Amino acid sequence: MIRAATIVASLLLLAFIAVPLAGLFVHLSPAQIAAGLASPVARTALRISLVTTLISLALTLALGTPLAYVLARGDFRGRSVVDAVVDLPIVVPPAVAGLALLLVFGRFGLLGPPLRAIGIELSFTTAAVVMAQIFVASPFYVRAARSGFLAVDRDLEAASATLGMGPLRTFAFVTVPLAAPALLGGAVLCWARALGEFGATIMFAGNLEGISQTLPLAIYLNLENGDISIAIAISVLMIVVSLATILVVRRYERA
Amino acid sequence: MLVIDVAKKLRDFEFAAALEAPRGVTVVVGPSGSGKSTLLRLIAGLVRADAGSIVLDGRVLADERTFVPPYLRNVGMVFQEYALFPHLDVAANVAYGLRARNVHATERDAQVRRILDRLEIGDLSAQRVGELSGGQRQRVALARALVIEPAALLLDEPLSALDPLTRARVRDELRSILDNVDVPTLFVTHDQSDRAAFPARVARIEQGRIVAEAS
Repeated sequence: MIRAATIVASLLLLAFIAVPLAGLFVHLSPAQIAAGLASPVARTALRISLVTTLISLALTLALGTPLAYVLARGDFRGRSVVDAVVDLPIVVPPAVAGLALLLVFGRFGLLGPPLRAIGIELSFTTAAVVMAQIFVASPFYVRAARSGFLAVDRDLEAASATLGMGPLRTFAFVTVPLAAPALLGGAVLCWARALGEFGATIMFAGNLEGISQTLPLAIYLNLENGDISIAIAISVLMIVVSLATILVVRRYERA
Repeated sequence: MLVIDVAKKLRDFEFAAALEAPRGVTVVVGPSGSGKSTLLRLIAGLVRADAGSIVLDGRVLADERTFVPPYLRNVGMVFQEYALFPHLDVAANVAYGLRARNVHATERDAQVRRILDRLEIGDLSAQRVGELSGGQRQRVALARALVIEPAALLLDEPLSALDPLTRARVRDELRSILDNVDVPTLFVTHDQSDRAAFPARVARIEQGRIVAEAS
């Protein structure tokens, strides 16, 4: 009885997730999907998405790797607070993140006027898309990198030091290679989260074609404006990318 | 000559040890938690002392004004669990310290080959360290520490990771290798049979203090 109930419950939830996703694939023929993706709107959005997510990823790696290492190795007061701050964007609603960014960096935000005085306008630009993505997605990388670094035996770093390698070379030749699966998995997850970013982006960067309209925003716009085939085509593309992400992350997690 | 006179506050007690180690092996015996590893880590520069000094062959490694970082000390260390780099093969593990010194590749390979042959592990050179037995690991760790021609050699319980059967054999082998090492060598152990096996100077450490020295 319990066994049957378990199976039914599991199948129900599984079907609830799988059926709508699979359903997206049956609406259009492959040719229609290709045509939808070839439309100017979709191509522009794809370009914006690729450019912004790659910049976000690069900045996250550059800034997040040292932070993750400090969180894994450092011994300082208030580390648990820093830990919590890093994790916060994972649970904060993206709309809240977007509003928060707007209230600091927006035209009438805290830093808006001084930034404008030196000729920098951030809100509703491509830079704003990148900022929203980093805000929302970087914790996925930092968390993975932190646990990757934690798993590296400290004696290996100590051995490297006694053999004559300074901290930077020890990091490059011992720590990073040993944490590589975690770093790569975290990077892929971070990139995928940035690619799917919607809420913070639309609040802080708007939905401007060629400037801030990423793939998820293009789905939203084309749903509203009636060209649903483009929205579906982009959705299909994103599901395929998501599936590939999960497969890649699984692979690195096992490594 | 390695001259140590250092103090460091530890969680359970104040570490305050003074020791003079001339060339050759000095066995440091003490129960676990007596500060043996701390002593070695202080000498290697992996831990900073609160006060005191460490001088090796007249070169000040640490005192009130000086702190030479571990990567500039040229002190070889064999870690308790050997700390071999799992992502590198045996030859690359041994070559690591030479790479740090920017030794040219041909010269590096020759030196690695020489030390591996000297320790009779030349046939292991292409093996991953994960495939090695405990005794083999210990030799690789020793080769890695010796190839840089260290000014001092530190061995942190080098036999404790081995099962009792191999331990006696590896101990004998280690002794004959160390017979040919001509730098101050600290051999830290909690095992009285290690002490008996080395006709060496012995220092006893308890609660972070050297309580007795004998030749």
